[in-house]
Amino acid sequence: MSFWFWRGLKKGVQTTRYPRTAEVAAGVTPGRPITTDFRSVEAAVLAAGVCPVGAITARGKSAHVDLRLCIHCERCHFDGVRPLGWQADYEWATVPQGKPRYEPLPQAYGRSLHIIVVDAGDCGACLHEVKQLNNPLYNIHRLGMFFTASPRTADVLLVVGPVTENMRVPLLKTYEAMPDPKRVVAVGTCAVSGGIFGQSFVSAGGVSSVLPVDLEIPGDPAPPLAVLHGLLVVTGRKAAIRHEAVLERSA
Amino acid sequence: MAVTPSSLRTSKRMKIDEIARTIRERFGSTLLVSHGDGGVTLSIALVEPPILPTISRFLFWDAVCTFGGIIVEQLQDNWRLSYLFLSPGSGWIEVLLEVPSSTPAVPSISADVHAADWHEREAEDLFGLHFEGHPRLGDFILHDQIWPEGVAPHRKLHRKTMDAHRDRLRHRPNPDWRPLLVVQDPGAFAMPVGPVYEGGLGQSVHFLLETVGEDVVRAVPRLFYNFRAVEKIAEGEPVSHALLLAERFAATSSFAHSLAFCLAVERMCRVEVPARAKNLRILLGELERLRHHAGAIAGICESTALSVAASQVAIIEELLLRASCQFTGHRYLFGLNTPGGLHRDFTSEACTELLGAVDRAVSDLHRLERGLYFTSSFLDRLEDVGIVDPESARDLNFVGPVGRASGQAVDLRRDCPYEGYGAYHFEVPREIEGDGYARLRILFQEAYQSTELIHEAIKRLEPGSVSASCEPPAHGLALGWAEAPIGAALHWLRLDSSGLVKRYRIITASFNNWLGFRVAVEDFAFQDFPIILATFGLSATECDR
Repeated sequence: MSFWFWRGLKKGVQTTRYPRTAEVAAGVTPGRPITTDFRSVEAAVLAAGVCPVGAITARGKSAHVDLRLCIHCERCHFDGVRPLGWQADYEWATVPQGKPRYEPLPQAYGRSLHIIVVDAGDCGACLHEVKQLNNPLYNIHRLGMFFTASPRTADVLLVVGPVTENMRVPLLKTYEAMPDPKRVVAVGTCAVSGGIFGQSFVSAGGVSSVLPVDLEIPGDPAPPLAVLHGLLVVTGRKAAIRHEAVLERSA
Repeated sequence: MAVTPSSLRTSKRMKIDEIARTIRERFGSTLLVSHGDGGVTLSIALVEPPILPTISRFLFWDAVCTFGGIIVEQLQDNWRLSYLFLSPGSGWIEVLLEVPSSTPAVPSISADVHAADWHEREAEDLFGLHFEGHPRLGDFILHDQIWPEGVAPHRKLHRKTMDAHRDRLRHRPNPDWRPLLVVQDPGAFAMPVGPVYEGGLGQSVHFLLETVGEDVVRAVPRLFYNFRAVEKIAEGEPVSHALLLAERFAATSSFAHSLAFCLAVERMCRVEVPARAKNLRILLGELERLRHHAGAIAGICESTALSVAASQVAIIEELLLRASCQFTGHRYLFGLNTPGGLHRDFTSEACTELLGAVDRAVSDLHRLERGLYFTSSFLDRLEDVGIVDPESARDLNFVGPVGRASGQAVDLRRDCPYEGYGAYHFEVPREIEGDGYARLRILFQEAYQSTELIHEAIKRLEPGSVSASCEPPAHGLALGWAEAPIGAALHWLRLDSSGLVKRYRIITASFNNWLGFRVAVEDFAFQDFPIILATFGLSATECDR
């Protein structure tokens, strides 16, 4: 067994410095399209027309991006005659539409947050990205966050996927089994707005139609650092972004 | 455990011409044999439906074909069922059967071809077809405690109508529903696991472990929690939208699925993809395989609680995800494939950078592999665990790495080459022990092979365009296939007169392999369960669709 012990030591510390300093390694996030100003109204309309899911709307001379709907097909960036700006950030946790602000969990949870995840029809990407948080490169244990096996000991519920008909009951049961205070976080575009699967006879089209959602982390999939940012927001260690601010913000 | 696949050698694999000739001689006027189109080499139209089980048995056992799946389609006034078989090395064979709408009863082939079991159950659940002679129909995709009886959502009804009836379709969960228990013994009890387990980091699957004391007699997986009706919601949509669905329903092999979809559309349009795009597609497909296998190996290490190795392989996987993102702009290779080629080109500097990252990852993987093979406590947990012997693997038609670890060396890249794989030379790895250790060895071998293929694909890159114009035609049908990291992926598509999707069928490796999973989980010790699950590396969401 000493072999693995030495191998582990020799590898050294690989963990990101985030949230102390920003993580700048290439490839940690696919980035996102941002609200972009064009020279003419026509150009903005052209730019918005490329989006297959209506996440881009033309308002005057600018094309506004609603990240809640974006499925990262990147057509607006690479295919469009009028490409949109692209920003490689990852702090995307947003207060849901119509809510004034996010109320963080009390300070006692700051360094002891227990997380349960429910795969409610996920394609595997968001779930996989959440799982990466246990990886030494992200290692959320150092921040006092733990995945827990039982909803009875969980403080925060991460939901991935658009909530399928067959997963509706298991999701509700998990939520009801959690003690108060608790927070629900929708992770990924599918969980936030239904994404490409939308609302159909088998899909609820997002967690908010089944449960009260406290925080939304868009992205298809939401990269590990975006999820980590969301978890820091849950306990008030980082600030959430207001929904309107996401729409207005531009490069 | 030494296994000699004796019964597998009794029949010789037949080439397609020989199959066609034998079928004409043996079955004569009961069927019509012709050249298939849309990717199918041989088409056998049955005149008399009762002959279906006999012909299926002949193709699967005597001609040694593998079973692809069943494609059900509702036409104007009849049902069209297409049974796909692959004759490795010579192409796809379809057996066509038409059944009148008034009496939707089809003879079941499950008794002859066990691998067809779930396909028939699926068609019964979603289309309301009745398969005569099938021992267990119902409660499959539409869970009985949620969905009322008699709902057949994939029938020809506009999707919007289905959505409007959403609330009527759903009835209140039935608290009295109980699963079917088989083991009857004093002291026997059933242990339910899932669909939310491991803190939710496992996929949504429910397992019913029927136990007597410490030993689990059998484990029954209950799937389809992630059923999103991808085939149905693609109907009536343009091809560009269906592509987004193909790419996003199973992210662990999204590139392979979008590729299989694009190949179907390209076949329909008779478009030749530029050579550069073909090589780049091979490069990206192999990159996905390498990343997936690294993840699967990390999962196996984790299931045996060898945490240092698990962490280090997980680092390799994350670095490959980052390299993919740096190269293509997306960590899971979304948004690259398009009918006719690729959305964008890559510079040679980017390719060199990718090669560097891949080589670093693989040399790390190599060092870890040697460490693992010298860790006896790790190997003890894998050896003789979750055994699928070659005969069962053949019987239940295992595909992908799991099949190859049990002697079923079928690989679409070699046995039915697509996208220029025919020009690449590689051996398909094969093991016959069929235990957890054999599956681990296969994953390592394939990961190294993928690296070599990435190198070769980059060497073969020539300047040129990466996409050809490809307008989806009105009317048309075609089959596309690709070897996804988990195994064969088939996408079948029919377009209507305005070029919109009329019927879309996805057959995945996970759907095939979950059916056979039960063979590996019979009479085992409870603590081995996570290990067996990890060495299978199956995706629930890919199975559920």
